[in-house]
Amino acid sequence: MIVGLNGYLILGAILFVSGAVCMAMKRNAIGVLMGVELVLNGANINFVAFARYNPAFEIEGQIFALFVIVMAAAEAAVALAIVLNFYNNHLTVDVDTAEELKG
Amino acid sequence: MDQSTLLFLILATFTGVSAVAVVVTQNIVRSAVYLLFTLAGTAGIFFLLGADFVGATQLIIYVGGILVLVVFGVMLTAQGPFISMKVGGGEWAVASAVGILLMGALTVSVSMGNWATTSTERMDDEQRSLSSARLGEAFLGFPGITPREPLTGIPPTNQPHYRQRVAYLLPFEIVSVHLLVVLIGAAYLARAKRRKRIRA
Repeated sequence: MIVGLNGYLILGAILFVSGAVCMAMKRNAIGVLMGVELVLNGANINFVAFARYNPAFEIEGQIFALFVIVMAAAEAAVALAIVLNFYNNHLTVDVDTAEELKG
Repeated sequence: MDQSTLLFLILATFTGVSAVAVVVTQNIVRSAVYLLFTLAGTAGIFFLLGADFVGATQLIIYVGGILVLVVFGVMLTAQGPFISMKVGGGEWAVASAVGILLMGALTVSVSMGNWATTSTERMDDEQRSLSSARLGEAFLGFPGITPREPLTGIPPTNQPHYRQRVAYLLPFEIVSVHLLVVLIGAAYLARAKRRKRIRA
């Protein structure tokens, strides 16, 4: 039994689906942020798996994964700053109460 | 069963179950702990794929940095020791149905696609151990040189599959400056506004 590329792609898909459902379902804004991290990790697994198994991406896959990690750090910092600001103003992190910008 | 296959199965089960547990659990603190397990398992997957530098970066930045940020966010916004964000049964049903549908679509497209893999075991062990060195040379645009050869910048002539690659130094610099700008912006955004709250 050889796992090969497809096993890694399936694992990336599991992480992606978990993250997407987490983003859609969690009431807590930090839970939504965790979903974003899961999605980015699933994409990263795909990048590194292609870097390993496809010669055309042997360097690019790893470099893109590094860029995604740096972007995730930036995104987490900004999102947490926004969440803290929202908590200071509303004393809750429930995303359902954030309806001031509702059209 | 191969040794690497066994390792992959263990790591993949660990990572996947933790990822599902992040979604399923209702307590946000437990969710953060399962996220820690998922990120560490992903780092293990990266090590298994021969990407040592990416795995180490994952451990340092994700597990060491982003997760600490998330845990501090949980602590700063917690109203009680056990926050539970209850989700109704109907939402559970819809969310799990959508998730299973999405997972099925992704599985079908993964198994049907021809992903142009030349061989399952492409790199030998010697090349695999030089992963971070080759990554550093790729940033400078010298992919054909192994560290054993003199670093002249001229590709060795006996290498048949040499092709000019793009150097990634400029995107790396742009990303670093972007991270600096974003962190300054985040610090500005999250600064304490005590005076305004006292007046109000």
